[in-house]
Amino acid sequence: MKRIAVNGDQAVALSWKQINPDVCASYPITPQTIIVEAFSDYVADGEVDTEYVCSESEHSSMSICVGAAAAGARSVTSTASAGLAFMWEMLYIAASMRLPIVMTVANRALSGPINIHCDHSDAMGARDSGWVQIFAENVQEAYDNSLMSFRIAEHPDVHLPVMNCLDGFIVTHAIESLSPVEDEAVKKFVGEYKPVKPLLDWRNPHSFGPFDMPDYYYEHKYQQAMAMKNVLPVFKEVASEFEKMTGRKYDVIEKYMVDDAEYVAVSMGSTAGTLKAVVDELRKDGHKVGCLKVRLFRPFPYAEIAKALEGKKAVAVLDRVISFGAVGPLFSDVRSAEFDNRIHPRTVNYVYGLGGRDVGVEDLKVVFREMEAGTAKTVNYLGVKQ
Amino acid sequence: MISIKEMAAKPVKLTEGHRLCAGCSEPIVAKQVLLGTDKPVVVSNATGCFEVSTSGYPYSSWNVPWIHSAFENTAATISGVEAAYRVLKRKGKVTDDMRFVCFAGDGATYDIGFQALSGAIERGHQFLFVCMNNEAYMNTGIQRSGATQKGASTTTCPSGTCIPGKREFPKDITKIIAAHELPYAAQASPHNWKDLIEKASKGFEAGGPAFLNVISPCPRGWRYESAQTIEIAKLAVETGIWPLYEYENGKWRFTAESKRMAEGKMERRPIIDWLKSQGRFKHLLDPKWSSTVVEIQANVDRKWDELVQLSKL
Repeated sequence: MKRIAVNGDQAVALSWKQINPDVCASYPITPQTIIVEAFSDYVADGEVDTEYVCSESEHSSMSICVGAAAAGARSVTSTASAGLAFMWEMLYIAASMRLPIVMTVANRALSGPINIHCDHSDAMGARDSGWVQIFAENVQEAYDNSLMSFRIAEHPDVHLPVMNCLDGFIVTHAIESLSPVEDEAVKKFVGEYKPVKPLLDWRNPHSFGPFDMPDYYYEHKYQQAMAMKNVLPVFKEVASEFEKMTGRKYDVIEKYMVDDAEYVAVSMGSTAGTLKAVVDELRKDGHKVGCLKVRLFRPFPYAEIAKALEGKKAVAVLDRVISFGAVGPLFSDVRSAEFDNRIHPRTVNYVYGLGGRDVGVEDLKVVFREMEAGTAKTVNYLGVKQ
Repeated sequence: MISIKEMAAKPVKLTEGHRLCAGCSEPIVAKQVLLGTDKPVVVSNATGCFEVSTSGYPYSSWNVPWIHSAFENTAATISGVEAAYRVLKRKGKVTDDMRFVCFAGDGATYDIGFQALSGAIERGHQFLFVCMNNEAYMNTGIQRSGATQKGASTTTCPSGTCIPGKREFPKDITKIIAAHELPYAAQASPHNWKDLIEKASKGFEAGGPAFLNVISPCPRGWRYESAQTIEIAKLAVETGIWPLYEYENGKWRFTAESKRMAEGKMERRPIIDWLKSQGRFKHLLDPKWSSTVVEIQANVDRKWDELVQLSKL
């Protein structure tokens, strides 16, 4: 299909149009609003059959998705920041009911102070909710992840909701060149939705969301943990099928010049793209550097990351979020993954880019310089004004 | 209108074996509501006594599709179910004509659930929302809600030496819902099953959102003998503190006993009879709080007159 110029939000809306979900429930919030506006146009022009529900809040958006998915409908929504925080209670319920809802999150800082720009504090607040979390580097990945996420969510070994994260404004609003998949190919790839024990099958009535006492709650949580574990092989299986269709190869992590590197920076989202440019420049000057992108954050690919970072001289983990009173969440997970290796490189944490603070090539060079010089502290606040 | 004999022959949608208290009005209300339709029905239940007591895993008292997701969102949850129904019917994946009902307590209607309910009504989903109004948070142990009567003693507005229970009148949620100008809203009481089932039927067939506020006596929270539930519900209507009426396509109408009272064919009993019947009001019998009793009676009279005026429109 012909390449088109779209922003990240439009690319996600296009993926939804091609998938033609049964129900979409959403509420406007910057910077995801373009998705629901673009999708509303598809609905208004009869390009999709979707029942589009304009909810009165994000809490209700997720509740509507829960009701619709339990009833037997393929259901989608999108949100950001405070909207995701407002859904918090329902995120856990959607996951524990094992409903394969797909949600796009346009990553944005949490209040306060109120700020509409990018960081990962919204998604990190949801990391333990039982949702699969995938982070996109650019517009193409936002689109591709969206297509793959339905297959992952609905896989019989998984049956969990999936959150597609893309950096607010940086990816949501930046126009890039997108190579879309043909409509028919998308239909074939995603397939017809086959709900499990839907509510609308009234001849075989099921009770959804019953009350659990201590004798069953733990087992239900264990089943969720096992389903989450199954995502790792399922992601690879779906990605390999996607590669056959598009030629675009995806894995749970992406290594860039990592294998022979001595110093590696780890990140998620759009920063991974900037880091590649930094690595290119530094390599020209003879520095043995590389960068590693974590695409799948939940479940966390511990083994892949441990293997990729084995034998490095130093590792820097970039967190676009602040965890008050603790190290960054990505750092915490990466360092934990490395612990299984025999030798542990010096691993440091950089908090950066909060509330949309721009982080460019020169800023990120500092990370490698400090790694090489051994001057980085355990936790560093990149570019903060003292 | 069908007979009791015919009703008894209908399939049981909520079975015995649930864990609600002896004398609880909620299963009585639910059974009456569910007799209001013969079509396949999906139930959405808010968190509360009714949900906890009918769904303890691995058991379920429900013979019909049932969903509980949270406390404040039962109207949003049913919105999702109904949206799924619309689209799947359009696609030919569902062929039967189905109905959708929410059961929620007064907390899940008047207070925490109000936003989701208001939103779902505004969007025009086809569903019947039933408030089982026992006038307090009973599941957590009798705390004050926006539906609690003035003067009632609860664990968060106890009657003390300085304060005679709840200081405020409840909000008039039925009128607030009617202000959404939905097709159908009504108040009912389980003592008059005929009136209640008829109203439930109208709600199910309203072709859009419908609301039924049902007075649901609670022996534990209201402090009366378990065997008295239906008598107490009847007394609520006879004293006028719970008028039976409906709002149908913009028209207000008294029904059943309340209609007879409005027509002068039946006496409205004084509110003191209501206050004397339950332990939650017993402090009001102390002459010290007589002015509160006067205020409650005055409010019942004022609200009654207002309904009389509305019914003339």
